[in-house]
Amino acid sequence: MSSKSVIDVEHIARLARIELTEVEKEKFAKELAKILDFIDQLNKVDTENIEPLYQTTGLSNSYRSDEPRNSFVMDEDLTNKLIGQTPEHEGRFVKVKSVLEHKK
Amino acid sequence: MLNISFTIESVKEGLKKGDFSAEEIFKHYYKKIEKENKELNAYLSIFENCKLKIENSAAMPLSGVPCAVKDNILIDGTICTAGSKILENYVSAYDATVISKLKMSGVTFLGKTNMDEFAMGSSTENSAFGPSKNPHDVSRVPGGSSGGSAAAVAADLCVFALGSDTGGSIRQPASFCGVVGLKPTYGRVSRHGLIALASSLDQIGSFTKKVYDSATVLSVIVGKDVFDSTTIDLNVPDFTKGLDGIIKGLKVGVPKEYFGKGLDPEVKIKVESAISKLKSLGAEIIDISLPHSEYALAAYYIILPSEVSANLARLDGIRYGHSSTHAKDLFEVYAKSRGEGFGQETKRRIMLGAFALSSGYYDAYYLKAQKVRALIKKDFDDAFLKVDVIVGPTAPTTAFKIGEKAEDPVSMYLSDIYTVPVNLAGLPAISIPCGSVRIENKDLPVGFQIIGKPFDEATILKTAYSLEQSLNPQ
Repeated sequence: MSSKSVIDVEHIARLARIELTEVEKEKFAKELAKILDFIDQLNKVDTENIEPLYQTTGLSNSYRSDEPRNSFVMDEDLTNKLIGQTPEHEGRFVKVKSVLEHKK
Repeated sequence: MLNISFTIESVKEGLKKGDFSAEEIFKHYYKKIEKENKELNAYLSIFENCKLKIENSAAMPLSGVPCAVKDNILIDGTICTAGSKILENYVSAYDATVISKLKMSGVTFLGKTNMDEFAMGSSTENSAFGPSKNPHDVSRVPGGSSGGSAAAVAADLCVFALGSDTGGSIRQPASFCGVVGLKPTYGRVSRHGLIALASSLDQIGSFTKKVYDSATVLSVIVGKDVFDSTTIDLNVPDFTKGLDGIIKGLKVGVPKEYFGKGLDPEVKIKVESAISKLKSLGAEIIDISLPHSEYALAAYYIILPSEVSANLARLDGIRYGHSSTHAKDLFEVYAKSRGEGFGQETKRRIMLGAFALSSGYYDAYYLKAQKVRALIKKDFDDAFLKVDVIVGPTAPTTAFKIGEKAEDPVSMYLSDIYTVPVNLAGLPAISIPCGSVRIENKDLPVGFQIIGKPFDEATILKTAYSLEQSLNPQ
């Protein structure tokens, strides 16, 4: 990690599935570089032999009994609330644009 | 009778004595919001119908108490925007666990409060629906991201409010608005139904006018939840019970790193004077060091965006929320819907996270940051071997002007410098008002932060209560 890490904004925007305007591309390239400069101070910390900390509760494998729960009943009403909010649907089906591309 | 600022206790008292009915107090707030919200923009939506369950309500701990809810917490059947254009018309399909608990305790809901988009920000300026204003000076920000909730409590547009705190989003606005803001221990309160920002850091908490109310609300919303597997099964005390004003012998740690450069000298004076108060109440003041504090923000700005980039992937223009009408294929549905729907800070952080997690950079950024996080947690663990609580300023300054930091992301990030380490370590902390600084003929509140051991909210509440009593003698 170093301030030499240059963010390829177009590549990252594609990974993040965000279409940017030309103005945004230029602006984010500058701003993200500045933020990475700030983050570079982490290099000053000696983390040799330190285990990363991903969570703080110390919990592992949180189980529950395998019994039906009544809190959420998938009735007509809940289905409508969920499916009803999709931008495009037919009946209980969500419409999505073609996933596989047609051969040209 | 209805011109004073109500606390939970005074509402309960008024209801009991028959000074007003639950409906009347709800209407009182409804009218007040209609009148005053135009200027403050604290609420994004208000509910006309309080859906009161008046019958058998007397036994409920918050019966008839009107409250506000940050607009990233779901209330069944109502709009929940998370401050984003992408969710402008999103209707919650269920109640968050905290909302179910509040409903069972008898509260009434006044509305949903403004916030930075998806809780990313320290001022509410990142809200797609315009910033909220600080009631102490409307040219200034209320703090963020839960700025609408803080402003609503400070302006008495509700009795209490819920917020969420990922890096200071309850405590910093509480500090700027002069109210009490509590962030419980990670795992104490269910996050089910909270629109996720960074799942290893987010925690729901409260804004109240008094510490006692904070303890009351906490007692209602805590507990293990089958819908949030990170909640911990612990005995849930009545947090109001320990509030006796006695802190003799309490060991109070003062970290020298929280008083260095960047701290406004006037804020420092107020905070030091609060520490002297604690000493005069019989607490033992102990100088401590949290040597890795200075790296907390840098680690946070890798960990948070990384989690954000994963969590916000769900906003894909297909299942709910804004969907672009200009997309030709599936990729464009994603990219255009997100490009059109997200604001600048959200895009910035998603991209930062996508970068930190991308091939070739993971070890250098994400892994490094999580190791630094371990060291920050260890600093606190070591300190808590010697002290019961850790105190200092909540934020380095008082409320800044609207627009002052909007163009400089890093300077905005610095306003969370004393709150972020607490989230990285998963600890509970509270901010309470400890005086004010006069700037441009306005009194701007200063917040005092008290940080506790994991799941020891009782001790920080006890400390906060004692200090509050001592700073505001009856």
